Amino acid sequence: MAHQIYQAIVDGILVGGVYALMAVGLTLIFGVLDIINIAQGVLVVLGAYLSYELSTRLHMDLFLGLLITVPAMFVIGVVIQWAFIRRLRGRERTSMTLLVTYAVALIIEGILYEIYGPNVKQLNASYVQSSVHIFGFYLSYIYLYGFALAIAVIVAIYALLYRTRFGRSVRATMQDETAARLIGVDVNRVAAITFGVGVAVTAAGGMMFGATNSFNPNSGYDLISRLLAIIILGGLGSIGGALAASVFMLTVESLVTIWSPEWAIVVFYAALVVVLVIRPTGFFGRQPVRAQ
Amino acid sequence: MQAAALIVLAAAAVGFPLVFGSPVVTNYAVYALIFVAVVSAWNVFSGFSGYISLGHAVFFGSGAYAVGIAAKDWHITGTGVFALLPLAAAVGAVIAVPFGLIALRVRRHTFIVITIAIFFIFQLMAYNLNSFTGGTIGMSAPFLPWSPTTFNDRFYYITLACAAAAVVMAALIRRSRFGLQLRAIRDDEDRARGLGVRTMRVKMTALVLSAAVAGLVGGVWFLYLTQVLPNTGFDPLFDLALVLMAFLGGLGTISGPVIGALIIEPGQLYLTIKYTNGYLSEILLGVLFLLIVLFMPRGLVPTASEWIKRARTRGRPVVPPASQRPAVPQPGNDAPTREART
Amino acid sequence: MTALLRTEGVGKAYGGVHALDSCTVEVEEGSVAGLIGPNGSGKTTLFNVITGYAKADAGHVYLGDRKITNAAPDRVFGFGIGRTFQLTRIFASLTVLENMLVASPNGRAAARRRAMEQLEFVGIAGHHAELAGTLSYGQRKLLELAYVLVADPAVVLLDEPAGGVNLSLVNTIADRIRELNAAGKTFLIVEHNMEFVMGLCDRVTVLDSGTVVAAGPPAIIRTDRRVLNAYLGEDLPDDDPHPGEQS
Repeated sequence: MAHQIYQAIVDGILVGGVYALMAVGLTLIFGVLDIINIAQGVLVVLGAYLSYELSTRLHMDLFLGLLITVPAMFVIGVVIQWAFIRRLRGRERTSMTLLVTYAVALIIEGILYEIYGPNVKQLNASYVQSSVHIFGFYLSYIYLYGFALAIAVIVAIYALLYRTRFGRSVRATMQDETAARLIGVDVNRVAAITFGVGVAVTAAGGMMFGATNSFNPNSGYDLISRLLAIIILGGLGSIGGALAASVFMLTVESLVTIWSPEWAIVVFYAALVVVLVIRPTGFFGRQPVRAQ
Repeated sequence: MQAAALIVLAAAAVGFPLVFGSPVVTNYAVYALIFVAVVSAWNVFSGFSGYISLGHAVFFGSGAYAVGIAAKDWHITGTGVFALLPLAAAVGAVIAVPFGLIALRVRRHTFIVITIAIFFIFQLMAYNLNSFTGGTIGMSAPFLPWSPTTFNDRFYYITLACAAAAVVMAALIRRSRFGLQLRAIRDDEDRARGLGVRTMRVKMTALVLSAAVAGLVGGVWFLYLTQVLPNTGFDPLFDLALVLMAFLGGLGTISGPVIGALIIEPGQLYLTIKYTNGYLSEILLGVLFLLIVLFMPRGLVPTASEWIKRARTRGRPVVPPASQRPAVPQPGNDAPTREART
Repeated sequence: MTALLRTEGVGKAYGGVHALDSCTVEVEEGSVAGLIGPNGSGKTTLFNVITGYAKADAGHVYLGDRKITNAAPDRVFGFGIGRTFQLTRIFASLTVLENMLVASPNGRAAARRRAMEQLEFVGIAGHHAELAGTLSYGQRKLLELAYVLVADPAVVLLDEPAGGVNLSLVNTIADRIRELNAAGKTFLIVEHNMEFVMGLCDRVTVLDSGTVVAAGPPAIIRTDRRVLNAYLGEDLPDDDPHPGEQS
C-alpha cells in the first residue's frame, strides 16, 4: 500500500512536469498581457496533431520535430495576437479577450474535427512505452524526458526574462504598461512576441501531451480547465508557481486515483476552490493589483 | 409610443402559435424563448455587474436534474410535474449561495475561471453520482399525455411566460437603486464600496435572482425535452452561447439579450439539426463571436441606438449655440443665477 | 481642542519601502486642514489607510473616540468620512444624477432632490442627464466633490481637489469648501497648489518620506526650514531672503 502511494507521488510529479510545460505559456501570457488565453488547451492539441503529422508522414523523432513545431506555433501565436487581441482595449478588456480566445479555440477545434474526426490518436516512439526501474519505482522514459524538457523550458524562459534586453522590456510591461511605454518600450511588439512565446511553448507541451495521452480534438476542454486551475493555484503570472501548482495538483489527483478514479478529477477542481477560499491570490500570486 | 410598441409585440407573441402552428416552427420558438429567459437572467447578474459568469449552466442543469429527481423520487406523473418548477428555481437559488460566496471573493479574471471550475465539478458530479443522477443515462421526464401540436403550443406559452417574467425582472432591477448599485460596481467596484455600497450583498442578491430564473427555465427545458444528460444539462457551449447572445445584443441592456437570443438560437438550432455530425455550428459560433467583438463590441442595441441618434441629429449641431442655451451655471463662472448655499 | 480625525503612529510598508512611518496627524473638528509634502511622501497612502483602502501595518486611526483602524471602505463611509481621489473616479456609464444616487442613503424622491441640490451647489446641475463619462476633467472633479457630499459626511478628505484645473475653477472649489466649512464640515486636503492650501487651511501638516516633518498654521509652515528641506532637498542658509517660494 505504501509503495502504491509512493509510486503515485512519483507519477504525479512526473505528470506534473508535462502539465507545467503546458501551463507555463498560459501564465506567461497572463502575466504580460493580462489576458487568459482559453485557446491554450486546443493549441496544445494542435501541437499534438502537428507532432503527429511530422512523426507519421516524415518519420521524424518527436523531440526533433519540436524544431519545426515550436517556431510554427510561435508564428500562429503572433498571428492570433496581432489579428484579434491587439485591438481590444478599454474597460471590458478582460471579458472580451477571454471570449475572443474562447472563440478562437472553438474555431480551431472545429477545423481539427473536420480534418481528423473524433477518433483518438497517440504519438508513438520507441521510448514512449518503456520505463526505467529505479529503487523499486517505475519511471517511464517519456515522462522523464518530459520533466527534463519542462525544466529546460522554464530555465530558458527565466533566462529570456532576466538576462536579455527583451526580457527587461517584458518585465517592465508586466509591472506597468504605461510606464513601460513612456520609457520607449514597444509594448505592441512585446505583447505579440510574448504571446507567440506562450503559444510556442505549447508545441512542446502538445508533443508531450500527445505522447502520454490519447487525444482527439475534444481533448482541449478538459485540458484548458485543468490548466486554468493550475495557473490560478500557482498564482497568475508566476512561472515558478505554475510548476509548483502542476506538480501539486497532479500528485493529489494521482493519490486520489488509488481509491477512486472517478472522483479524482473532482478533487482537482475542489482543490482549486478550497485554496482560493483561503488564499485568493494562489500559492505565489501577487496582490490582485489590477482592479479589472 | 413605447407602450404601444410593447402591446403590439405582446399581441404578436401571444398570437404567434395561432398563425405559425406547425410543431416544427413552435419548436424553434420554444428554444428561442428558453434562451431569451436564461440570457436575460444571466444579464441581470453578469451584464449589470460586469462579472462574466461561465458557469450558469450549473443553475440551469441543476434545475433540470432537480425536477427529474423529484419526479422520480416522489412519483409524480402527468401535469403534476409542473408543480415542481418552483423547486427548480429554489434549487438554483440555493446553489447560488455557496457558488457566490466562493466565486465573488476574487477579482474578475479569477472569477470567470472559478465559474468554469465549478461548472466542471457539477458536470462530473452528474456523471459520477450514478444512483442520484442516473449517471451517463441521465434522467427522464414523466410522460405528458398531450399531442405533439398541443405539447409544443403549451410549452410555447409556458416559455413565453418565463421569458416575459425574466425580462420584466431585468427591467425592474435596472430601474431600481439595487440595479444602480450593480452598475456602479461594474464601473468601479472599489469606488462603489467607498461610497457605502455593500458590494458583496448586492452581487450575491443579483446572482441568486439570476440563478433562480436559470434553474426554473432549466426545469422547463427538461420537461420539454423529456430528458437530461450530464453533458446536455451541463453543456459548456451553453454558457458560451449565453455570453455570445448577450454580447451580440448589448451587455447590460434589457432588449439586447432578447434580440441576441432571438437571432442566434434559431440559427444555432438550425445548424445543429442540419449538420448533426459536423462541427460547423461550432466554427460559425466562434467566427460570429470574433466578428461581433471586433466590429460591434458594445452589441447591437447600443450601436444601433447610436446610429439612430446620429441619423436623427444630422445637420443639427450637437452643442446648441450660446444664444439658445438656458442660463445653466457652468464651472468656472461665478454664475449669478445660482443661489448661494448657507 | 478636539481632534475629530486623528492618526497615531501609523506605519505602512510596501515590501521594503516604508510609505508611512510613525505618522501622527490631527484634524481639529470644524477646521480645514492641509496635508502637503513632496511627491512620494505618503499623502495618498495616508488617505488610503484612513479610508480603509490600505491596511495599516502599525498605529491607529481615530474618529472622535472611536478607533476605526483598518475598517473596510464601506464602513468608513458609514462612519461619516467621505473621500475623493487624485485621479477622478466616477461611474462613467451612469448619468451624472445616477452617480449621485449611488451614494445617497434615503428613499427615491428625497434622494433625487438632495442629489440635484448638491449638483447645483457645485454647479453642474445642467448636466444631470448626461453620461458621466462625457464630462470634462474639471466637471468630473466637481461631480466627485458632489457625490462625496451627498451622504453628508462629517469629515471630507480631498485628494488634490485643485489638481489640473483652471484658475477660476480652483477658486470655485475653494469657495465651496469655505461654505461647507462654515456650515460645520471638517476637511483634510492634500494639495500641491500652495496658494490654495495657504489661503484655505487653518492648519497644515507636512509629510516627507512617510513621516510628519512639521505641523502648524500656514504662515509658520511656509517659512519652516524643515519644510523647505523636504521640498528642495538641500540645506538652506538661515538668512535665506526668499523662504516661501515654491515652483
